[in-house]
Formats: sequence, C-alpha cells, structure tokens
Amino acid sequence: MSHKIVIPLGPHHPLQEEPAFFELSVEGEKVTDIDITVGYVHRGIEKLSESKHFDQVPFLVERICGICSSSHPYAFVLAVEDMLGGEKNIVPERALYIRTIIEELQRIHSHLLWLGLAGHFLGYDTLWMWAWRYREPVLDCFEMITGNRQNYAIFKVGGVRHNIRDEDIPIIKKTIGDLTKVVDMFCGAITDDPVIKARLKGVGVLTKQEAIEWCVVGPTARASGINIDVRRDDPYGIYDQINWNVIVKEEGSVFAKIQVRILELYESINIICQCLEKMPEGEINTEIKDIPIGEGIGRIEAPRGECLHYVRSDGTNRPIRHKIRAPSYMNVPSNKTTVVGETICDAAIILAAVDPCYSCTDRTIVLDRITDKKVLNGWDLIELSRKKTKELRRNFKSILK
Amino acid sequence: MKAEAIKERLKDRIVNWCKHSERRIYITISPKDVKEVISSLFGDLHLRFITASGQHIQGGLEILYHFSFDQTGEIFSLRVLIKNEKKPEIESITPVIKGAEWIEREIWEMLGINFVGHPNLKRLLLSDEWPEGKYPLRQKDS
Repeated sequence: MSHKIVIPLGPHHPLQEEPAFFELSVEGEKVTDIDITVGYVHRGIEKLSESKHFDQVPFLVERICGICSSSHPYAFVLAVEDMLGGEKNIVPERALYIRTIIEELQRIHSHLLWLGLAGHFLGYDTLWMWAWRYREPVLDCFEMITGNRQNYAIFKVGGVRHNIRDEDIPIIKKTIGDLTKVVDMFCGAITDDPVIKARLKGVGVLTKQEAIEWCVVGPTARASGINIDVRRDDPYGIYDQINWNVIVKEEGSVFAKIQVRILELYESINIICQCLEKMPEGEINTEIKDIPIGEGIGRIEAPRGECLHYVRSDGTNRPIRHKIRAPSYMNVPSNKTTVVGETICDAAIILAAVDPCYSCTDRTIVLDRITDKKVLNGWDLIELSRKKTKELRRNFKSILK
Repeated sequence: MKAEAIKERLKDRIVNWCKHSERRIYITISPKDVKEVISSLFGDLHLRFITASGQHIQGGLEILYHFSFDQTGEIFSLRVLIKNEKKPEIESITPVIKGAEWIEREIWEMLGINFVGHPNLKRLLLSDEWPEGKYPLRQKDS
C-alpha cells in the first residue's frame, strides 16, 4: 500500500550559501508534487540600495551572493553606465579587460565549487575534494589582484578600483594554464564515467519547451538546447573582441548540465588567456561626477545565468529604484517540472543541478502524515542518493566481469 | 528588425515608444492591454521574459515588464501605469508565462498590486509576521 508522504527539504544546510525550503509530496518512491518556499535570507537590499549613493551600492550588492560576488556589482555599474552613454564610451579599455578577467575567474571558481558539491551529493567525495582543491589557486589569483578571496570590491562606475600588476600576469597565466589539465581530468572522471552517466542521464530532464515556459537562463537553459548567452548576445566588457564559444547541449538532463559547466571551464580559461595576452596599458578609471536623471538596465552572464539590474535616478546621488533579478530567481521555479515524476534519491541532485544556492537536506525529516512518526532525516536522503550510485557501480562491475 | 515587428504587431496599443540607447527600448502601453500584448510578444514574437519591476511614482504605481530578444541583445521594457493607488489591480500574466509567478507574488507583497487571475498569489519573500496592508516599497508620504 502506498502512503502519501510530505518530505520537507531544508531550509538550512551547512553546505549551501542560501537557504530554501522544498516540500516534496511523495507517493512510494515517486515525487508527485513540490512546493518551494524562499525568503529566509531576504534582507531588503533593493530598499537599502535607495539609501546608498552610487559609489556605495556596488559594495552593498556584492554581498547579495558570496559565490558570484562580482556579478551583481558589474550588472549594477553597467546599468548606471547605460544612463551615462554605455560602458564602451566611458570605461578605459584596460578596465574592460580587467572586468572580463574577473568575471571569467569567477565563473571558473563557481563552476568548480558546484562540481564539488554535485560530486558530494552523488557519493563521489573524491570529486568534491579534487574540485575544491583546484578551486583554491583561482581564489589565490583573486587575492593577488584584488586583495580579497571573495567580495572583491573592484567594480565602480567608470572603471575598476584595482589594476593587474605586470609582475602578476605570468603567475595568473601559469595558474590558469595549469587548470586545463585539471579540467581534462574532470572530463575523464565525470563525462566518461559509465556509472555517473547511468546515474544522471535522463534524470531531471527540462525540455526545451519547458525551459522557454519557465524562462530559465544560463547553463540551465543552455543544457536544454536554448542558445543564449548574454556575453555574446548583448556584449559587455571585451567579450566581443575575444574568440570563444557558447556551449549548448540538447538533452536537458542533470548530465547535460554537468557537461555544459565543464566545457564552459575550457572557454573561461581560453578567454582569460586571450585577455592577458591582449590587455593594453593605460588608465583603469574615468571620474564620473554626476549621474543624470534617467533609467538604465545592465545585464551580465553570471555563472548561473543572466543577472539583470534596473536602476532609476532622479539626478541626486542616490538611485530612487534599484531592481535586481538574479539568475536563480528564474531557474529555481523550474524544479517544479524537473523533480515531479522522479524518485526521492534523485531529488537532491536534481534540485542542485540548476546550481541554486544549494538545496538543503540537513534538516530534512520525513513525517508519516497519519502517525507523524519521523522516518528519514537529511543524511538518510543523501545516503539514499549515494546508495543508488553504489548499486549502479556494483552492477557495472558484474557486467564487466 | 524585431522592433519593427513589435511596432507592426502592437500598432495603436503603443502609447509611447522610446529608445533610450542602442539596445534598450521602453514601450508605454495601457494597463488594460497588458495580457494581450504580452501574449503576443511571448507567444508569437518569441521574446524571453526577464522579469518585471514595480515602482511607486508620482501619479500611481508603475510596472515595467522586461523582455529580451536574444538574437539582437535588445531589451524591450513594457511600461504600465496603474493610477488607482487605493486599490491597484492588473491582469496577471502568469497564466501566459509560468516564469512570471514569483515576480508577481513579489510585486504584490512589496507594492500591494493585486494580480487578477494569478493562480497562487501568496507571500514570497516577506515573513508571515509582516503586518497586512503594509507595503515596503510604497513611498511613505502618499
């Protein structure tokens, strides 16, 4: 006899940077419905921003997210520069290169972080250790350029705050160049692994049509066959003068999302190397005195997808409206489609596949609706997920024998 | 090119057409046309819905629906002004675009605009303890 059970996933987990609460309705092993609750870390930043002047806002919006902490300030300064006549007309060329390098370094560290977490949830803790170990040198590059591992405080309207010193360039080149071999290794360890393939192919599929309906962005959209990337479509920084490719996969499953992110690592490495080669000498900042009356929109391709800022100014030194749309805002609701119909042991990895600021399983409890008796907790769920991987691995071994 | 197609499609529903910069276009329309206009932009012209942003300005509550046409990188922002501040209402676009569900819930709780026909109009970000009828993004002096 099948029980209808509600599984609360979240809202807090030490692994994730933002809490969200997923309420899964389950019949037997199958997930039949999901309700998503957010708002646990709502800090009123849009309202707060109205009380800061234009030079202070980048520091504020940098603190929206700890992983993509340069995406928000960049989108904000682009919005303000849109009012002033466009990024290309104000910002010195060298600053455009520095902005691009910072964005791509951030993409590398964010994708590596996500790969590690995905591995951890699948029971591949080696992958987790590798990914986070190779992410460290990227953070060292950040520290060398900006003085900070996170919250770089480098963006300002009109340019950047820190220059890249000539003596640092060979070190960055070597660090990033070495990562190519690491990404080769990940390709081998993940995309060629028959167990991971069996575990993730066809799991949590978001079809192209569903992706259009949910308006998803970034790697989540590109893994479902939607060919969009703000870096190419609405270029900012120096992306229009660099050779690189947009990675698109058609399948829409968790496996496709992993593939897209791994292949994007190669592109990011490529972009940084080209930028370091081509970067001209010169100023890194233009003084901006007044922000005119008007409104502007800035958007960039953050590691998780398009990040949009809308700013309106009344001619004073503060914005009167600042709207922020982070990529997860569009990607997380698409879980309503991807999780339903799948099994509980796949729920954790599917919810994680959009790279939300992670689905939290630590406080998970399963309550039987009739008796209110606790059946499973968060770790049990991770165990379930890992058990499935182990079983697959065993089966593969027996086939190989 | 897309701009021409949109002009052709919307015709006299456009109250004002304003090109702020190369890829940023603001189109003012009347609140009663919202659902119809958005259905044709999203369904027929294949624009991608980015988000909406609400603001309390002099003369009412304004909503901007931002759409992206990714082949050219243009953003088309539909501007709508709801003049009735006491009981602001507008038709929901969630039945047309699933991805608009959250942002309409957010604008509803932040500015108190009622989205008629929204399938699940409940709080998104504010806690349950937040008092009813108080809207954080409304200007205080009105």
